[in-house]
Amino acid sequence: MNDSALPTATATAAAPSATAPRRAARGAVRRAFHRVNRVGLASLAVLLFWLLAALLGPSLMSNGGSSLGDDAVFAPVSAAHWFGTDYLGRDVLARVVQGTRLTIGVALAATLLASGCGTLLALLAAASGRWIDAVLSRAVDTLTSVPGKMFALIMVAAFGSSLPTLILTAGIIYLPGAYRIARSLAVNIDAMDYVTVARARGEGRLYIMLHEILPNIVGPMLADLGLRFVYVVLLLASLSFLGLGVQPPAADWGSLVRENIGALPVGGAAIIMPALSIASLTIAVNLLIDNLPWRSGHEAH
Amino acid sequence: MNLLILRLILQRVALAGLSLLVVSALVFAITAVLPGDAAQAQLGQEATPETLAALRQQLGLDVPAAVRYWRWLSGLLTGHAGDSAVTHMPVAAMFASRLPNSLLLAAITAAVAVPLALVLGVAAAMWRGSVFDRIVSAGAVAVVSVPEFLVATLAVLIFAVELHWLPALSSGVNFDSPAKMLRSFAMPVLTLCCVMVAQMLRMTRAAVIDQLKAPYIEMVLLKGATPMRTVLAHALPNAVGPIANAVAMTLSYLLGGVIIVETIFNYPGVASLMVDAVAQRDMPLVQTGAMMFCAAYLLLVTLADVCSIVANPRLRYR
Repeated sequence: MNDSALPTATATAAAPSATAPRRAARGAVRRAFHRVNRVGLASLAVLLFWLLAALLGPSLMSNGGSSLGDDAVFAPVSAAHWFGTDYLGRDVLARVVQGTRLTIGVALAATLLASGCGTLLALLAAASGRWIDAVLSRAVDTLTSVPGKMFALIMVAAFGSSLPTLILTAGIIYLPGAYRIARSLAVNIDAMDYVTVARARGEGRLYIMLHEILPNIVGPMLADLGLRFVYVVLLLASLSFLGLGVQPPAADWGSLVRENIGALPVGGAAIIMPALSIASLTIAVNLLIDNLPWRSGHEAH
Repeated sequence: MNLLILRLILQRVALAGLSLLVVSALVFAITAVLPGDAAQAQLGQEATPETLAALRQQLGLDVPAAVRYWRWLSGLLTGHAGDSAVTHMPVAAMFASRLPNSLLLAAITAAVAVPLALVLGVAAAMWRGSVFDRIVSAGAVAVVSVPEFLVATLAVLIFAVELHWLPALSSGVNFDSPAKMLRSFAMPVLTLCCVMVAQMLRMTRAAVIDQLKAPYIEMVLLKGATPMRTVLAHALPNAVGPIANAVAMTLSYLLGGVIIVETIFNYPGVASLMVDAVAQRDMPLVQTGAMMFCAAYLLLVTLADVCSIVANPRLRYR
């Protein structure tokens, strides 16, 4: 959870410009697309590549990954095996592509859980005021006094490492960060005149939350969702690397690094390629968010 | 004035103690209450009510959770953390034998990383926008956004496989000679340093640049001071608070990084003991390890808070 200190700073800094991005987003998509610079386009391409791999990959690569190849163990990168072969002589590229769905799927589910619940709780806190706000904020603060990886270890020790546990764990760990950002945005919106008018009109708390505040914080929260996704991917990869995440025979990219750890002393491609795949995904998401046209005015994160 | 600072610091320490108490309840709830009946899990479905009752009594599960929590907490505070469920050795002794290794690793890493990060961060801020700044900043962003094990893997590939300078895997801690000691620490320290320097230099750079935007810097520049003098004599002293804060925050991050690094390099420290305990679901070990890490984390976060209080007079009146 200590990781969440960094995005907080950027996203809060982005808060004042919340209305500008919305206008840009509502304008022609094409115009926005043109304003994305080259770095942004390149990261978008990498991201789309992995999303495509997650959607189509398993059906395209079904023959290569599971069959035991008769090729050498820990073979280097070659024309036949673009990512080399693993500790059983299997094609690493096929294994990586097969792991994409699990890697991205679990991380996305956890991120949506964290951002969704964090935003809803923040709206509730902002619209309700005083003691609900105080109780929620205290509870969230308590969660942040356990380091993220340590919380994950405790959860896995107690409940095992099934996919629902992993999603829930990562969701809880990154909820406080999303809550804090959403709350600081929502409190500002809550002080606006039109919210006061809506209150005077006699609108209920739910209406204020969903119709008055939510539309105005959705833009920055989406950018925050991307950053949160990066942290979740890194956390889940670390857990799988420790053997405490996705369990065999299923394998995400972190598990691929773990099962090929034997390639480390010989410098095989089998360990470096899955790790680079994770890096390409997280760096692409980071760079894409930094190079979104409406965030270009801010210090690169 | 000093009394005021003392009161604020005591306030933070008390708050940290309270947080630790709440965390202990959270850890106990997750590991000992929520997973359900440990006796049932251990014996399986075919257990008779009599054997279940006997095992519950043996494990101390026949009393309410609050009483068990109190026993556990008082045991932890008096150094009697119970026995490991797997090896049946005292938990305290198992951690005591590993703790010096981890502390040594952390100390060496901090001794290398902190000065390096401060120098690089201040230099990047001083020549901001230059090629040097861009390379350092881009490298830091790259290191921060990739998993620690990629940094470790790349370090092994470069220094062990390609250059043959260092052994790929640390074979335990060896104090026989300075050369052997260097070899056993080099890879873990190198990896941890990369990650920590990246985080710390980003925060240091941001803190100094933040100061450089202040009006008094404009005055200094109008007086004709050189850029170096502006940064070192004027901006840096005012950035000490945020920088000390950044150092403490990054050191608390070391707690997470060390889990990966100890595992990948087979280093016999507290974190690898903890990871093994989680894999074997050795609850007494997990609980004690978790509390140790949380206590260390809260200590560092509180230290960061205290640093900013002492360094920034404005915070004293909040």
